Amino acid sequence: MTWRVRVGLKAAVWIASLWPLGVLVRGFLTDDLGANPIDHITRTLGLTALVLLLTSLGMTPLRTLFHWSWPIQLRRLLGLLAFFYVCLHFAVWIGLDHFFAWRPMWEDVLKRPYITVGVLALVLLIPLAATSTAGMIKRLGGANWRLLHKLAYVIGGLGVLHFLWLAKKGRTTPYYYAITLAVLLGIRLWDWLRKKTPLDTLAPRTGERVGARD
Amino acid sequence: MLIKRSADQKLRGEDIASGEITAHGVYLNRRAFMTGVAALALTPWSREAEAQGNLQPLAATKNPAYQVQEALTSYKSVTTYNNFYEFGTDKGDPAAHAASLKTRPWTVQVDGLCARPKTFDIEELIKLPLEERVYRLRCVEAWSMVIPWIGFPLSTLLKRVEPTGQAKYVEFTTLVNPEMFPGQKRGIFGFSLDWPYTEGLRLDEAMHPLTLMTVGLYGQVLPNQNGAPLRVVVPWKYGFKSGKSIVRIRLTSDEPKTSWNKAAPSEYGFYSNVNPEVSHPRWSQATERRIGEFKRRDTLMFNGYADQVASLYAGMDLKKFY
Repeated sequence: MTWRVRVGLKAAVWIASLWPLGVLVRGFLTDDLGANPIDHITRTLGLTALVLLLTSLGMTPLRTLFHWSWPIQLRRLLGLLAFFYVCLHFAVWIGLDHFFAWRPMWEDVLKRPYITVGVLALVLLIPLAATSTAGMIKRLGGANWRLLHKLAYVIGGLGVLHFLWLAKKGRTTPYYYAITLAVLLGIRLWDWLRKKTPLDTLAPRTGERVGARD
Repeated sequence: MLIKRSADQKLRGEDIASGEITAHGVYLNRRAFMTGVAALALTPWSREAEAQGNLQPLAATKNPAYQVQEALTSYKSVTTYNNFYEFGTDKGDPAAHAASLKTRPWTVQVDGLCARPKTFDIEELIKLPLEERVYRLRCVEAWSMVIPWIGFPLSTLLKRVEPTGQAKYVEFTTLVNPEMFPGQKRGIFGFSLDWPYTEGLRLDEAMHPLTLMTVGLYGQVLPNQNGAPLRVVVPWKYGFKSGKSIVRIRLTSDEPKTSWNKAAPSEYGFYSNVNPEVSHPRWSQATERRIGEFKRRDTLMFNGYADQVASLYAGMDLKKFY
């Protein structure tokens, strides 16, 4: 992939990812966030975070299916942008929704399963964001780093669970996210089972899969 | 100035035959002018009421006994932020699809355990003496509004059909018509609720003077998204207890099955009185966001109507009968 294409792809990811935030800022400035602005902001930030999280989890399956290398170049950026939106979502919950009423918030974390899993997802994202630099990959070693970053699957699951558990009966959107996550994990599972065939276990394990094998 | 507004409406002629009513465009012009004049003198909420609605005005007498002294929620919020699953599950769906509901002709069958069951025409009901009452509305989702409703006590209607001694409960049924209510069409993942939407009250709750059969808000007939042409408003209970677009009211001896209770029994009880002490399983009910305000408010017991209704539940365990 040429430098030009890579920069173009990354720019597209930045623009698409920051778009929802821009729409919120414009809505805030023009007083056009609906009857319940705080609820609208919270939902938009949470939904964008989940979309970005699932998109980042979709990059490896894209490589598996189509043998493209470019999705992997976007994975870290998508993950960090997801983390950014999760932080905003959390900050709005603290500062706008509950206005720093720590006690009721802490009670909610302990008592309300959808909030528990949401906060857990945020906490688990922190080590991933912290170890996203090239220097940290080196320091941890590739194998350790890969193992740690498997947490992304867990976080994706927690994010979908958070959405499913907070939704009222009759809301269908969370099911689409759950199906998407199941498909993405299914592709990985299928790939993993395929690799377990005897011929593959003999093959040397390298970072990037080689197309010639197929 | 509330009195002045009612007087205006009387002058505009509630009893004039429909053919004699001023053409809509002329009416709007005059209304715009009057709004401008009124804007000079009236308080903000009332100005908004005059400026924003363009439905048929409804004459009503302000009932001084039922006036919450808190800022009214804007007409725009009241009519664009609604839970009315018949139109769809998003808060914006009711306003977006409101036009598909036809509210004429419309009748309400009042029957069951009563001596004189009767089917009332909506035209007959809106000619009853109407009063304006400002109530708090507390949604089970922890947000709230303050709304000037127009209606008459449900007890007025029930007394007309003479409930028998066996009648212990009242069941409200909302219209079923997927052509008018797109949310009643089946979706990919099945359905949202079982139709028709039914709700219920104990007879003493239904006969309580606070329980209002509602035909209007903000000085005009009910917008479709708010449950036109006829809904009930039970201000000390969570909003979903107040059935909308009602076609049948039935007196029963057994507790009626209610829609949200059937859908999620652990989350929505038959009583569903506003109670800051009893959490929804998924969130606390201790506080609420008043639409239009920034900080949460404390939720009041029985939504602030404890003086009037607490006696209805004397000796009951409200955690058990949530």
